[in-house]
Amino acid sequence: MAILDFAGASQATVSFITNYGHRLYSDDFVRQLDRVFGSAPAGANDAEFFENQANPALVSDFFELALNFDDASFDGALVWDSLQFLSSPLLQTVVAKLHKMLRPGASLMALFHTDERIENIATYAYRIHDKRTIQMVSRSHRKPAQIFNNRNLEKLFQDFQSVKFFLTRDRLREVIVRR
Amino acid sequence: MWNRRKEEEPAPKPTSVPPTVSEPAKEGIPMSTQPTRPLETRTEPVRGGVAILGKSVILKGQIYGREDVTIDGEVEGTVELQEHRLTVGPTGKVVATIKAREIVVLGTVQGNIETREKIEIRKDAKVVGDIRTARIVIEDGAYFKGGIDIVRAEAPKPAAVPAAAPKPQPVGSTGPQSPAAAASAGDAKR
Repeated sequence: MAILDFAGASQATVSFITNYGHRLYSDDFVRQLDRVFGSAPAGANDAEFFENQANPALVSDFFELALNFDDASFDGALVWDSLQFLSSPLLQTVVAKLHKMLRPGASLMALFHTDERIENIATYAYRIHDKRTIQMVSRSHRKPAQIFNNRNLEKLFQDFQSVKFFLTRDRLREVIVRR
Repeated sequence: MWNRRKEEEPAPKPTSVPPTVSEPAKEGIPMSTQPTRPLETRTEPVRGGVAILGKSVILKGQIYGREDVTIDGEVEGTVELQEHRLTVGPTGKVVATIKAREIVVLGTVQGNIETREKIEIRKDAKVVGDIRTARIVIEDGAYFKGGIDIVRAEAPKPAAVPAAAPKPQPVGSTGPQSPAAAASAGDAKR
């Protein structure tokens, strides 16, 4: 199987996935966001960061850099918490692209914060150590584009076959969708 | 003065001592630059045989080598060191398709990489491209973007797995042939 991991490469995840005999494609999605749309991790340029996401030229660059895959390339995608930092028009386009990149029956996992009062949320690098252990390595705090509730998420993934929600620790909502 | 000369005279003698195997006297600095070295001993002197492309070197084209190579400069093209190790130093920038026995990256590599044994992506290194290897080591702080295909090496297996799978052994005597078999063997390892 081919698995897409947006958390950035780590030894733990690479070993975990490849020990099953799967092919792993690794990239740091949030880093690519910053690179193209120019956000400061501390959140100083949040407004500009989200404004830039409406710039067609930058959006095109972003797709070329981070999502340049053929249709039906993957059997699974680990998107982690990265979708939270996409503003509305770009978010839909990215989810539509992910839908295309996944094969029918493939699964996608994403995380969303649930606390609506928080302005800046912690971002992490996620590392899978084994079936029961995911290590979350703190990276920075940044402003999310929006806070999602179940209804938002159902709408966001409406083209997928099924959407499942799980409340996890640290005010996170885990979402598993099936293509 | 006489005394000094006499002291200097015996000095040449030690230089004639090192060439133990009746080889012509050599200075002992570069080992790999002797093209006439016998082929049989090529695998042993590898330790000393490292070619280094310095920081200021910019090379466009193909590197093909039979010794270890360290790149501290810039290379664009292809690098092929089938039986040897490539090291991309902290200042090294390589935009190339790379094939080697083993690769250690401390600098920047852009291009597809194929190693027979392993690749190490060290802290602060940056690698963009697809990797096909038997083993991979990624240190914290390294950046990697691309696909990873783990291809189980055939050679180490007989030693490591004989008890678990005695029958599959006879499949290939010297076989760098079977990608599918390697993949299925990987599954079996689990």
